[in-house]
Amino acid sequence: MSGRGHNLPPTGVIGAERPRIDARVRATGQLHYADDLSLPRMLHCRLLRSPHPHARILSIDTRAADGLDGVELILTGEAFPVPYGILPISQDEHALARGKVRYVGEPVVAVIARDERTAQAGVDAVVVQWDVLPPVRDAIDGVGPLEHPLYGEPGTDSVHKAVSFDFGDVDGGFADADRVYDDCFDYAGNTHLALEQHASLAAVTEHGRLTLWSSTQVPHYVHKALAKVLELPEAELRVVAIPNGGGFGGKSDIFHHEMVVAKAAWMLGRPVKIALRREEVFQCHRGRHPVQLRLRTGVKEDGSITAMHLQTLVDGGGAGSYGVASTYYTGSLQTVTYEIPTYRFQGCRVFTNKAPCGPKRGHGTPQPRFGLEIQLDKIADDLGIDPAELRLRIVEHDGAITANWMRVVTIGLADCIKQVVKSSGWNDKHRKLPRGRGVGIACSSYLSGAGLPIQWNKMPHSAVQIRVDRSGLVTAYCGATEIGQGSDDVLASCVAEVLGLRSTDVRVVTGDTDLCPVDLGSYSSRVTLMMGNAAVDAAVHARNAIAEALAGVRGVPADQVRFFGGRVLLPDGDLSFAAAVKLAEVAAGPIGSVGWYTPPKPVARYKGGGVGPTPTYSYTAAVVEVDVDEDTGFIDVPKIWIAHDIGRALNATLARNQVIGSVYMGLGEALMEEQAMRRGRPSGHGAWVHRGPSMLDYKSPTHLDMPPVHVDLIERPDPEGPFGAKEVGQGPLLPIMPALANALYDAVGVRAHEVPITPDKVLKALARQRAGKDSTFGDRPFPDGVPWPESVRVPTPADGGDGRAAEAGDYAPGQGSKA
Amino acid sequence: MKARLTLTLNGDAVDLVCDGGDTLLEVLREGAGLTGTKHGCELGECGACTVLVDGEPALSCLLPALECDGASVTTVEGLGDRRLHPLQQAFAKWGGSQCGYCSPGMLMAAKALLDRTPHPTADEVRLALAGNICRCTGYQDIVDAVLDAAGSR
Repeated sequence: MSGRGHNLPPTGVIGAERPRIDARVRATGQLHYADDLSLPRMLHCRLLRSPHPHARILSIDTRAADGLDGVELILTGEAFPVPYGILPISQDEHALARGKVRYVGEPVVAVIARDERTAQAGVDAVVVQWDVLPPVRDAIDGVGPLEHPLYGEPGTDSVHKAVSFDFGDVDGGFADADRVYDDCFDYAGNTHLALEQHASLAAVTEHGRLTLWSSTQVPHYVHKALAKVLELPEAELRVVAIPNGGGFGGKSDIFHHEMVVAKAAWMLGRPVKIALRREEVFQCHRGRHPVQLRLRTGVKEDGSITAMHLQTLVDGGGAGSYGVASTYYTGSLQTVTYEIPTYRFQGCRVFTNKAPCGPKRGHGTPQPRFGLEIQLDKIADDLGIDPAELRLRIVEHDGAITANWMRVVTIGLADCIKQVVKSSGWNDKHRKLPRGRGVGIACSSYLSGAGLPIQWNKMPHSAVQIRVDRSGLVTAYCGATEIGQGSDDVLASCVAEVLGLRSTDVRVVTGDTDLCPVDLGSYSSRVTLMMGNAAVDAAVHARNAIAEALAGVRGVPADQVRFFGGRVLLPDGDLSFAAAVKLAEVAAGPIGSVGWYTPPKPVARYKGGGVGPTPTYSYTAAVVEVDVDEDTGFIDVPKIWIAHDIGRALNATLARNQVIGSVYMGLGEALMEEQAMRRGRPSGHGAWVHRGPSMLDYKSPTHLDMPPVHVDLIERPDPEGPFGAKEVGQGPLLPIMPALANALYDAVGVRAHEVPITPDKVLKALARQRAGKDSTFGDRPFPDGVPWPESVRVPTPADGGDGRAAEAGDYAPGQGSKA
Repeated sequence: MKARLTLTLNGDAVDLVCDGGDTLLEVLREGAGLTGTKHGCELGECGACTVLVDGEPALSCLLPALECDGASVTTVEGLGDRRLHPLQQAFAKWGGSQCGYCSPGMLMAAKALLDRTPHPTADEVRLALAGNICRCTGYQDIVDAVLDAAGSR
């Protein structure tokens, strides 16, 4: 099914710069977030969280807490026998810990009381006896047999997922190369730091049904998990996603506190609310995985790539979360920007005793992208080719199917590169600025929505219902979730464009599992493309219903009924939209419609090929300029230029906002943000607590750190997107970290192979440089001992493959094309 | 220990009852029902809870409510007088609010700046708002909005 809206007559909504439909309510403080809700007789919940990274729970004594005035209910893991997890294959979490804890902050006991202070007093009065176990600190610590693995029996390892793929004749590709580059990189973990702390409110509402209002990006999946954990039918539960105060992936998992307050409200028959504190948000985490990378690339003297071999060692933290998908994502999008004829990918995720990692803006792909774009800079330098020119030589083309069977539809990357080269004055700056100043370039790509749902099924990924009231009010219903990115505006504007209305004429009802048809949620940059296509589909049906009814009444052909400027135009005169709806209702009854969207089937048909496909990829190129203070190691960024292949900007204001916000978050990752752990007291567990779970200790860029950003949107409508649109919320983050690292090299000749690139690291590197030593940092060797499985061999399109893995013995590398 | 607290809140004289340990933020959100003022850290690190106390920007999560007895407190609810304040209009126009969670604090800090310096430079805006974290916008649209509201753009 391809993109909708391409052949409709434009009515002036799509493409314009305009304030989002909810701009006013957001600027007045009157938008209600989850913690702004309250209900009569509401109780409050606090959680006792594990102080240990790894421990057995020997006993829990709640007697003192029970005796406190105002404490209504105390829950432990006994109340939650049913496990859950966002992925069907990783049902490894319980709302409250049962038997053991696996990271600092894992919830163990819930106290529900008349107010927060009483609940906290109850938590403080609970006595837990622990048997502290040695923690798995880093991914490499968990790859061998362990006395105490996080999951599984003693003597097993702590590996969560390990995969190996050979796409084509990789060894032959390396043999064909003139040069082989082999680099290691070390990408630190970091967190979303959405300004709103997670909050949830549950209550038994009308007809005895349970409702959960929550700051979640994925109400549909929370709905399903809630049904499983509470052992209640889905139809008896309602989940409402309250507009999130920022998500970035941090609210796209199913959280303990959501299950706990729902269970408590169900048991007590009273509303129960929880609002997390900032420290708890750091413990919920689900942020960027720390990844160690080894990247080998074979190239010809002209810069063309003959083979690539990527290894990723992924530090997963204490739960499965999205981790299986994350592991695949560290490899799957490595191929969609440049022509890479043969590709070997090996990824391994290991459980460690730290807060669970998950999806943060870019989900698994910024880490390998960082390595690739820095290595390309080195290759360009060696081959004497300008790094922008090198990328232009090897850029993928429209309609390509990559070695790992990812389908490229349109790729505007060459235009993006040319644009940033021009806007930044690249040719006058690269290798030409005085020492201390430099520029770097990097590119990237991201999904416009995952091609497959998290829980595989053949139903639509997004559906929209439209109700047209005789007053002329149009209401669009969709399960999509407004997390601040502007999804409500996209929904309203797609409908408005088709019906010839203003976006503010369309009311939207979103994120409510009772009222809205399913949309899978705000993750993988899927909303604009998938909900947008569903919205256009629904709106076209509503428009046709009105047009056909009017055509019958007036005796004109339906295709001569046009919708524009809030009016309906007929050959014999025009009507207001409301008058037209009334006439249509007389003739044909109330007007309503549905529309939906299901992405095209991926061309990858091997196991694991379900992670990476998308209806269409977005592309980005960025140039970062730096000014390095060699006395302090401080990197100032005077300006960033970025061009993003968006296909079509549905609302140019929102699109630019998203690009600049992505640049900002990428700059934070590049320079300062880190979910850093430190060794705890030796008298306790000896290891691994968060270095500073607060907004002061977790450094993020302020107004003073943010440079001006020059944004160019490259608009070449993509056939898969609504009105040609691709994603914009994640892709523009990815090139910032490698572009900054490349700029550092241009400025002072130091290679950074890790993030964050902090002043202390730069200073040490400059000292090594002055001493005549290698100044590269962050390139510690990729560890031996990772238990790679036998590689799955997948013939490439050039080999004449069909997207499936070869049967053992069926495919001999180096045979060349079978076709 | 319950205590009485008198404030001039968004121009109206109000009497509130609070716990001795309550912060101004808690009293505003839970006692006075003004949920427009947000919390991001409760430690004075993010600026989301910024309100004006006697015209000066203050982090309401750090202020003991009883210390404000008799003070004039302005929250985001008191910013526009039934119509949008020029700052709010500019935030809406420029996309200065994405998720909107930082906006109430950002708006109050910006109002304090404009009350003091009606026509600030971009650097003055950045400095005045440096204590207010925003994770969505990258700040550029916020600075543009404040300059626009001040007629400096």
